[in-house]
Amino acid sequence: MSWIRKKLDKVKEPFQPGEKFEKYAPAVNALDTFLFVPNHTTQKGAHVRDAVDLKRTMITVVLALIPALIFGIWNAGHQHFVQLGEEVGFLEAFLHGSYKIVPMIIVSYGVGLAIEFLFAILRGHEVNEGYLVTGLLIPMIMPVDIPLWMVALAVIFSVVIGKEAFGGTGMNILNPALTARAFAFFAYPTYMSGNKIWVSEASDVDGISGETILGALAEGKDVAYSSMDMFSGLIPGSISETSTLLILVGALILIMTKVGSWRIIVSGFIGAAVMGLIFNALNIEGNGLTNFPWYNHLIVGGLAFGIVFMATDPVSAAQTTRGKLIYGFLIGLLGVMIRVFNPAYPEGIMLAILLMNVFAPTIDYYVIQGNIKKRKKRLKLKTEKTA
Amino acid sequence: MSKSVKVKKGLKLPFKGEAEKILEVVPLSNTYSVKPPNFYSVVPKMLLKEGARVKAGDELFFSKYADQTRFVSPVSGLLKEIVRGAKRRILEVIIEADKEIEYKDFGSLSTESASSEDVKAKLFATGLGAFIKQRPYDVLADAEDTPKAIYVSAYNTAPLVADLEFVLKDKIEFFQEGINVLNKLTEGHVYLGVDSHSTSALKDVKNAEILSVSGPHPAGNVGTLVHETEPMNSGEKVWAVGAEDVAIIGELFKTGRFNAERTVAVTGQSAQDRKYYKTIIGAQVGSFVKAFDDNSRFISGDVLTGEKIDSDGHMSFYDNELTIIPEGDSYRMFGWIPFKDNHVHSMSKTSLSWLFPNRKYDVNTNLNGEERSLVVTGEMEEVMPLDIFPMELLKACMAGDVEKMENLGIYEVIPEDFALVDYVNTSKVEAQQIIRNGLDIMITEVG
Repeated sequence: MSWIRKKLDKVKEPFQPGEKFEKYAPAVNALDTFLFVPNHTTQKGAHVRDAVDLKRTMITVVLALIPALIFGIWNAGHQHFVQLGEEVGFLEAFLHGSYKIVPMIIVSYGVGLAIEFLFAILRGHEVNEGYLVTGLLIPMIMPVDIPLWMVALAVIFSVVIGKEAFGGTGMNILNPALTARAFAFFAYPTYMSGNKIWVSEASDVDGISGETILGALAEGKDVAYSSMDMFSGLIPGSISETSTLLILVGALILIMTKVGSWRIIVSGFIGAAVMGLIFNALNIEGNGLTNFPWYNHLIVGGLAFGIVFMATDPVSAAQTTRGKLIYGFLIGLLGVMIRVFNPAYPEGIMLAILLMNVFAPTIDYYVIQGNIKKRKKRLKLKTEKTA
Repeated sequence: MSKSVKVKKGLKLPFKGEAEKILEVVPLSNTYSVKPPNFYSVVPKMLLKEGARVKAGDELFFSKYADQTRFVSPVSGLLKEIVRGAKRRILEVIIEADKEIEYKDFGSLSTESASSEDVKAKLFATGLGAFIKQRPYDVLADAEDTPKAIYVSAYNTAPLVADLEFVLKDKIEFFQEGINVLNKLTEGHVYLGVDSHSTSALKDVKNAEILSVSGPHPAGNVGTLVHETEPMNSGEKVWAVGAEDVAIIGELFKTGRFNAERTVAVTGQSAQDRKYYKTIIGAQVGSFVKAFDDNSRFISGDVLTGEKIDSDGHMSFYDNELTIIPEGDSYRMFGWIPFKDNHVHSMSKTSLSWLFPNRKYDVNTNLNGEERSLVVTGEMEEVMPLDIFPMELLKACMAGDVEKMENLGIYEVIPEDFALVDYVNTSKVEAQQIIRNGLDIMITEVG
């Protein structure tokens, strides 16, 4: 492989400090470090370092997303042909889904990475790998029929306003992928909700029922799907949110590698179950969602996807160990609450996570305050003893 | 009576290249050096000029702002060179050694009858004060202070280090005397950290509270011992002394001689004769390291906290080990892919190295990535046995927020307590450096 290395070193020559294109070094470095772990050695502090780096961490999240993504692509095609009443094989459904979704992924990565590179060059730091995950998440939580320019606009909003305006990776308050979805949701509601958008090309066909389960329930209609359908994911919905089974496979990867916090994931599901149980126990008259069995809440809509892949974003989540438990629990709790109480926003989980993103620093504040109080108490005890 | 200190959080780093327990006495090296930068924040004021003759124990320089702290020559000979850096800062005082060491006679002092004041005065006047470090801030102890307690750790849990029990094997008598001396300096306890599996005489040392330590690194660090016994509060001071240095202190009080004998373990993959060498503080490494691989890094100290030195440089003042490991200045293709390159040790489960708990790893100085923003949370806590929030404290240090640093426990830590954070953190931030900067801010703002 040394010839590749030599070629790369040659390419990088004009980008070295003091050379003509020095400013643009972050861009070439970002590409170089995708091929090679750089030859940088420790200069201060510990002389040896762990093998892990941010690239490896982020790629692990991408790996965890792959099962849900592949299923989402296939399901997009599957739902399309089911509504048309045609029976097709796996490949055909997958190809139809790919034809819809691959361009979205390309647009999301293309636009997002361009902005990331631009900011890295302007600010003179290396390109952070966070967008590798965000860029894949954004198409995965969009409806399949969303126009590409809208994806691009949502990406621009999320990266520029949601992330770079706060100082870049690691400084953002809101989860960037959800910021993109929330932007699209509120800016273009007709493309983001209703019953025509969840099945590919549904609007071209008259009289089909392509609405999501939550949407149907919110309107007081009956649901034509079993719990098993909801769990396996053979239902309409945002591209990759439908299959709880494959999301759990992703969750397993995140938990096993410790890249995602098990505390947030587990407490999130518990919070949602608790809220579901409360509504079931109250048995109040209301829309179809109040009496929706609690276990179905866990497997329908974006709840599982949100808790596993969005709530666990370490930057926007609570950072303390105890804080993570509280944060996850409240997301689950609020997600189901918004879903039930506000039929206009059947996707309560998105709003619950964004809301808790805002409150995460507050949760951490109180957890850390406990530690500070302990320290102050120790000092007080000691001064009393000596006095 | 021993108290047990059991630590759960931390990390055992299984690297190749430990030293064999064979002790070789090294003939005198040509030159020895005392490096003022080893004594953090000390501004040295030279007492002698180049060309002066010294005995072992003669004063070389003192601390400008704490003039009771004197620094003496480890050997007798000719003051050959005062190496200066930028702004004429003194980097090294180099002494060309005599064929045979001539000692200055300080006279013995019995710790049984002497008063605390006499003991302390003698200690600082004879240059032994340089062995005593103060927490908080990790600076030299001030002769004016009386510490709350004194800590000695005879169990180093860091990777590729000298086994201090082996080092102290033949020095127990002096070590005991040194502990007696330390007892005179505090009204509180003298704590001695010992490996809980130890069978050595260290467990029977008198006049000290024996702490029976078990668990992964940093279990043996003084910071951990302090935390497990009498956690530091704002305004308190404790002192810490290296284990072999206690024996040097004891020997001076018994015999009146400053015998700066240092047992150095040569460790690390690139060193070829990995064993223990009996030499003197500040010795030139060439006097005992004859064979090593090309393109290696010489570290005076261990791989986590040591100081990079030249292959013909001198040992630093406090270190019991010389670690020589390969430089990692090469590329690894696609090394960032999860579960690839499992031969590089990792705490993270994104590598399969956790499947082989008994494996020993090759290690080099590669950063294994590049510095990034702080993103991943929870990993620093896994290697932090102290009751503090490591990431929050680091951020407070970066921001220079004095009140926050104080609240989050800056007095309880020194850079070495964050050495493992340096090692494990995904974003490759220099945690030890950040803590050092934070401590410096505290020194100027609070004092």
